[in-house]
Amino acid sequence: MSVDYLHTHEILVNMGPQHPSTHGVLRLVVKTDGEWVTETQPYIGYLHRCAEKIGESVEYPQFVPYTDRLDYLGAINNNLCYCLAVERLAGIEVPERATYLRVIGAELNRIASHLISYGTFGMETGAFTPFFYGFRERETILSIFEKWFGARLTYHLCRIGGVMADITPEIAQDIRDFIKTMRAVWDDYNTLLSFNEIFVRRTADVGVIPPEMAIEYGLTGPCLRGSGVKWDLRKNDPYCFYDTFDFDIPVGEGLMGTVGDSWDRYWVRMREIIESTKIIEQALDRMPEGAIRAKVPKILKLPKGEVYVRCENPRGELGFYLVSDGGTKPYRLKIRAPSFCNLSITNAICKDCLLADVIVIVGSIDIVLGEVDR
Amino acid sequence: MRELIEYLLTHVPLLTKVPSIFVYAVFILIGAGVVLGYISVMVIIWVYLERKVAGHIQARYGPMRVGPHGILQTIADAIKLFMKEDIIIPTSHKVLFIIAPFLVFFGAFAPFVVLPYSESLYLSKMNVGVFYLLALTAFEVIGIIMAGWGSNNKWALYGGMRHAAQMICYELPMGISVLTVVVFTGSLTLHGITNAQGWLPWQWFISPLKSPFTFIAGFVFYIAGLAATKRVPFDLPEAESELVAGYHAEYSGMRFAFFFLAEYTAMYLVCAVTSLLFLGGWNGPLPRAQGWLGNLLGLINVLSKTYFLLFVMLWLRWTLPRLRIDQLLSTSLKYLLPISLGALLGAAIQSAIF
Amino acid sequence: MTFEEIYTLLKGRFGDKILEKNDENIDPYIIISPDAIVQIMRFLKHEKELAFDFLSCISGVDYPDEGIIETVYHIFSYLKGHKLVIKVRLSRDNPIVDSVTGVWRSADWLEREVYDLLGVKFKGHPNLRRILLPEDWEGHPLRKDYQEPAEYHGIPNK
Repeated sequence: MSVDYLHTHEILVNMGPQHPSTHGVLRLVVKTDGEWVTETQPYIGYLHRCAEKIGESVEYPQFVPYTDRLDYLGAINNNLCYCLAVERLAGIEVPERATYLRVIGAELNRIASHLISYGTFGMETGAFTPFFYGFRERETILSIFEKWFGARLTYHLCRIGGVMADITPEIAQDIRDFIKTMRAVWDDYNTLLSFNEIFVRRTADVGVIPPEMAIEYGLTGPCLRGSGVKWDLRKNDPYCFYDTFDFDIPVGEGLMGTVGDSWDRYWVRMREIIESTKIIEQALDRMPEGAIRAKVPKILKLPKGEVYVRCENPRGELGFYLVSDGGTKPYRLKIRAPSFCNLSITNAICKDCLLADVIVIVGSIDIVLGEVDR
Repeated sequence: MRELIEYLLTHVPLLTKVPSIFVYAVFILIGAGVVLGYISVMVIIWVYLERKVAGHIQARYGPMRVGPHGILQTIADAIKLFMKEDIIIPTSHKVLFIIAPFLVFFGAFAPFVVLPYSESLYLSKMNVGVFYLLALTAFEVIGIIMAGWGSNNKWALYGGMRHAAQMICYELPMGISVLTVVVFTGSLTLHGITNAQGWLPWQWFISPLKSPFTFIAGFVFYIAGLAATKRVPFDLPEAESELVAGYHAEYSGMRFAFFFLAEYTAMYLVCAVTSLLFLGGWNGPLPRAQGWLGNLLGLINVLSKTYFLLFVMLWLRWTLPRLRIDQLLSTSLKYLLPISLGALLGAAIQSAIF
Repeated sequence: MTFEEIYTLLKGRFGDKILEKNDENIDPYIIISPDAIVQIMRFLKHEKELAFDFLSCISGVDYPDEGIIETVYHIFSYLKGHKLVIKVRLSRDNPIVDSVTGVWRSADWLEREVYDLLGVKFKGHPNLRRILLPEDWEGHPLRKDYQEPAEYHGIPNK
């Protein structure tokens, strides 16, 4: 019997824009041969809100809340980076206490962001419980934030020249208590997910990004460090006294498989949680008394010029390229979003793998679509 | 059941006047109704427990609003499901799409006929009980492939194909583990198998004292059963984070409810069969009794063992991540199948020597 | 290396292709000629002392008064830890520049974004399509003279 008439097709599957594992509205067009993926093409822009165009039409202080909406999981870090850019161009000196408060806020926010990443990554591999555990601790952080300055998602903590609110001793105690809990439950997290045999087998050796490739594609943040490149702007191009804090930069070591696999990226994030708690503790200890905001004129006019400031966000290097023509509004505001650059590698690594691996890889890159599409 | 009908036919004067075929038909319907009612009640209780257990594992309460501690939540959900619009996609293959949920449910529902709860509490004492059970579970695969294909949805198709591959791989170790037990009992009826086990735990087939091979087979059977019922870590056909909802992505309302019911029924079935084959069934360390008291104690024994196994299923589900398809297949073909074959061989040798 | 050293090195090597420098700005920058961009970028990346292995950002800035569009490249070095800003000035009517995707892969999406929002065409880009806006969108919104279309597929904009 002839079987010539039997032939197989490649299937083109649309993963997203509505799909549980695409972190929002990412659309991946996946070409599959059965379960085997031969090509993955990401399509973005479903959440484009013209952030840069808005930046050109609002005054400098007015744009700070918009930065909250970029990477909405690490909003304080965005505020911080934008404020640093404006302050650098305007030559505003920020009081020391304000800088420490910014660091505390940014690092707490980084922990909250990594906790979500922990939960969703667990969810993507099929484990539901880590999600709830991650959210439980994040809830504590959000409660602290709420007490501190009244917001839970779009914080608008950093203002140009300082921060919005000071912490009371009570809040400082809450933060210390949280750090204690966080360190204790961190071990639970690892027992539950990180070293789970199935989880390790699902993520180790999947989506390996060698260090050269990571640099070539402009990956930053945990994705770059997961590939074994020891580079963290907080240490290597310091801002906000980060160089004076004592903390490690976790890098991928290939503990469970190859250096630069999905597990390494995940593990870098998990260890960064602990490093961030160290920073917060030191900042709380060292924080001097004093003003929390510099004197900034009501109508802020920046001198003519341009500046590019980059900060270490939970997801990588966030950059603000600010061009001023001497007016009250930015002439041009370009946002270099870490997720945008990190996502550009999907095409190169999501091929010749299984359908389930694509989800693991995209999950391990940990994108926020608000930032990718801006 | 048959004994009961024959007893009634000869002893109740009114029934002797009507044709016996009619009486049989009525009693078959009554039997089916009893099973259906039993399953529905069990599933409702079980879904509630699942949500509660999941809640407590995940550091939250689970349903709390409908009724005290949310006990009426499942009933409310069931009502909601039945009142929802029944959407049939215009591009679907209508016949396959409509039949599939019923076929899947049939596969999970029909085996209940042979499940005994005590020496005399059963519907049918079929002489090929276990064989019938394994044969009927295969119906589920056909239904799920039909649902996957009929939905005309790529994700559903993936789900259907994954389930087919999964079932083919896991039915082998499952069947062989059953054979390991049958080697010792020499009987395919669930009665025979249960009666071959004693009243005390070390006389059950799960006990390594009874036979180390059935001990292994018991674990293989339970793992394969997890896979057959699509439970975590083997929930690939549904794989929410990958395939959205898998084969039932396009179903809504009633039809979805049937898939849902079938899934929980199948879970219950696997646990009940495991408890009968390996955990001694209605035998238990409780004092023996005859008559209705014996039936009651048997029921308590079977249900407590089944519920324990169901709890383990939940525990696993809310703890473990999901396997990948290649890992899933190799778990079965590379590990479970050789292990179960070895156990069968060992059991055959053991039963020949001793 | 400091900015001055890098500038001297580049000036010595490429001569009149290096058009201008500005070291009064907070981030000093070098303006280069668009036709030599790929050679200069390749030199910057592969020269041992420079080793600019990380292209962080490509931005486009529209200056309608001067009739130019600037593309700005922010490059950094992981090895040496120094940084540089390179600018290219293009005519506003027909902004075409060679793509640097051959030098850094990260330029791929960044250039697509500049094309999408400012209409700069990158010659030699493997896949120059719109990235953030729909494929059939008209105009390039970050140009200063951009007029919002009244409607898009029947959806009014006002």
